[in-house]
Amino acid sequence: MALLEISQLTKTFGGLMAINHLDLHVDEGEIVSVIGPNGAGKTTFFNIITGMFQPDEGEIWFNGHNLVGLRPNKILELGVARTFQNVRLFPNMTVRQNVMVAQHARTHSGLLAAILRTPGFRREEEMVRQKAEETLAFFGNRLVGYRFDQPAFVLSYANRRRLEIARAMATEATLILLDEPTAGMNPRETIEMTQLIGRLRDEKGYTIIVIEHDMQVVRGVSDQVVVLDYGQKIAEGKYSEVAQNERVLEAYLGRQGAQEHAAA
Amino acid sequence: MTQATEQVAKADLRDQAGREAAIQVRDVGLGQALRLGLLGGITTVFISAIGMIEAFAGRIIMQPFLTLSFTALLLIPLVFGYLAGKKPPEVEGLTRARTGPRNVLAGLLAGVLTGVLTGLFVLVANAIDLRDIFIAISPRLLNILTFDQSPSSALVLLVLVGGVLGALGSLVAIAPGRWRRPLLGAFLWTLTVGLLEGVFQQVLRGLRLEAVNSFLFSPLGGLEPAGALTIFVLVFALYVVLERRRGSVSARLEAMSDRERRRTMIIGVVALLIVLAILPQIVGVFLSEVLVNVGIYLLMGLGLNIVVGFAGLLDLGYVAFFAVGAYVTAVLTSPSSPFWAPQLTFWVALPFVVLVAALAGIMVGTPVLRMRGDYLAIVTLGFGEIARLLFVSEWLVPYVGGAQGILSIPKVTIGAFEARTPPQLFYLVMAFVLLTIYVSWALKNSRIGRAWMAMREDEPVAEVIGIDIVQAKLSAFVVGAVLASFGGAIFATKIGSIFPNSFEILVSITVLVLIIVGGMGSIPGVIVGALVLVGLPELLREFSEFRLLFYGALLIYMMLKKPEGFIPAKERMRELHQEEMLQDSWLRETEPYDRETPVDARGRDPDAGLI
Repeated sequence: MALLEISQLTKTFGGLMAINHLDLHVDEGEIVSVIGPNGAGKTTFFNIITGMFQPDEGEIWFNGHNLVGLRPNKILELGVARTFQNVRLFPNMTVRQNVMVAQHARTHSGLLAAILRTPGFRREEEMVRQKAEETLAFFGNRLVGYRFDQPAFVLSYANRRRLEIARAMATEATLILLDEPTAGMNPRETIEMTQLIGRLRDEKGYTIIVIEHDMQVVRGVSDQVVVLDYGQKIAEGKYSEVAQNERVLEAYLGRQGAQEHAAA
Repeated sequence: MTQATEQVAKADLRDQAGREAAIQVRDVGLGQALRLGLLGGITTVFISAIGMIEAFAGRIIMQPFLTLSFTALLLIPLVFGYLAGKKPPEVEGLTRARTGPRNVLAGLLAGVLTGVLTGLFVLVANAIDLRDIFIAISPRLLNILTFDQSPSSALVLLVLVGGVLGALGSLVAIAPGRWRRPLLGAFLWTLTVGLLEGVFQQVLRGLRLEAVNSFLFSPLGGLEPAGALTIFVLVFALYVVLERRRGSVSARLEAMSDRERRRTMIIGVVALLIVLAILPQIVGVFLSEVLVNVGIYLLMGLGLNIVVGFAGLLDLGYVAFFAVGAYVTAVLTSPSSPFWAPQLTFWVALPFVVLVAALAGIMVGTPVLRMRGDYLAIVTLGFGEIARLLFVSEWLVPYVGGAQGILSIPKVTIGAFEARTPPQLFYLVMAFVLLTIYVSWALKNSRIGRAWMAMREDEPVAEVIGIDIVQAKLSAFVVGAVLASFGGAIFATKIGSIFPNSFEILVSITVLVLIIVGGMGSIPGVIVGALVLVGLPELLREFSEFRLLFYGALLIYMMLKKPEGFIPAKERMRELHQEEMLQDSWLRETEPYDRETPVDARGRDPDAGLI
């Protein structure tokens, strides 16, 4: 069943076609990789889905709702969460607070309840706290214990990425968009992240779209690979199919490179 | 941290310890001393030329002759000598500071240079009449600066006194910590008691300690020498005793179990309430009045702290909400309200005040929803002025009285209790302040408080993780507006009449400055900020002309040296000192800096600067 159905999505910046009549179909429980050279429009694509940019044309149907025109927080409420290429945590909030605040859309206590400290408010606080700690425990012992109360900025690069994923998980989304989750990681951490993405789907049931440059990761996790170039989809399919596609090779290696590759 | 890198780091430190000789030994710089001396001289000349020294001449700090002028003049070489003699900062593993005669020489130099410049100033002012330009350079000022001597012998005297004090300052600076701290503490406390003699005398009277009072203070004003010495010795002794068992209160609190901590907190709160209950009786009418003013500003400060400190929305027109609170109270309670005078009591009017203030918050908040930072500040600045202009405008004269304002606003009553005198008003203000403190605390640790924090840190991301920015911003404006309106309501009943010119832009600025100086986002910080910026100037009447000068100087100093404020909020402290914290946590093993990727050649984390 299609969880996300995108049709004819277009976005221009001035004269630049950032996304050009893009169609995409993502089934529930799938892991889809979006690849393409720098500037192909991958991050713009995420920004449009999450409502940070508005598209010029096209429709985005998620779980029976059209996401076009909705504010980012509404889109999250419907169940789409994301991470960022350049890791955007709330650096001065603690690790625990970063995850607690992500449950904002799923909780309801307002100003008066907070001031009066009603039983409902206390229960909700306790629940949010517990849920945050449980979510962090998904990453083994890297983000638990004394780390709960550390500000996010003291975390290592890899842990910041993990925390950002934890934050996305805590929003109770069903679709998670990961923007280059392994950028800046060493090979060992990259392997671990590849496994983690698999676990997110297998253990937690998330549907995942991931932008990735590392082909090992792409091969490791994807059910489906979509290749973008100049905002257009130039190929899609299984990794093995896409990797042989002439247009993909051309986009990555240039025409001459592609020919040499074919010759070899 | 992996074990391997930890071991590497440890070995590194050991290695450095082994190569002690490689550590550069640094002496105190004499060039620096000259610079400080120059600064000292300029400071002296400056405060003389603007009339501060002369204005202070009438105030005696210690009998028989130590006036505030002399205290200021003598303090300058002492302070700059101290700064010049202080050992240079040490960089762990790289440099080590050495102290010795050179430090004293540096202090001496700084003091002498201060004296020389002051002396030259006297000579020049004596030779040429500068009064056309600098009206404050009067013969009386010159008499003070020369200690009633001839200018040339005054030069010698100034240089001598400056040198001695400078050297003395540097000696204190290089004294070991266990002596330096008590010395400084005793000195500063004695000075404080002398400066705020009125406060201390009043408190002693309030405590029925007349004997102590007449022992410490002279009936002619100022401390008795014996009294000053007693204070000095007592504080010194107290510090020496406390020095033995150091350890901050927070550290000790942290060491307690949850149960113990809870009990300590409750005892603390009860003690605080008792102190607050008897405070007006002890401090008397004048000081109660000062505290009431502090309380009104504190209400505004805590409200603005929610808007700026928690939610990160820089609002420069905050006084508008204060005005709304005052005017709504006035219209609803005063019999002489020009258009409509329902003559409600304060408590019946209060819910309407809250309602109107909340509406005002929404009105200001809605148009600026999509603005951030500088733009928001400018627009809110405009709103503040619009509010004031509306209250003076012809259009609203029939309703709120224009420049004539609204008079005869009744006092607040609770049963037979009427808040008329300052001590009575104190209780009223304190009740509201305590309520506001509680509300601030409760909101900070809640769902909406976290949302504000996230919004302050990164607004687009906050929205992407599900925070309704519209709701979060409006609620911050509404809560801020309501808290400010409490201040306005109390202000109206306290003064008994209100005029538009009570709601100048300067009020907004003062409130903003007090939360910056106190510590943005920190509730204790705002309290300290209000006491320092609103309370102190009332007590130091001598400084009143120079109040804005001190505000400016204090603000510049704080921005340079302590941008997080007196008592910073944890989050802000982190924000402003990230780099240091990263380095510290790396050096300290107790709180390991998270490290999985290896450090680069210089021992730095290659990712440290990424956020």
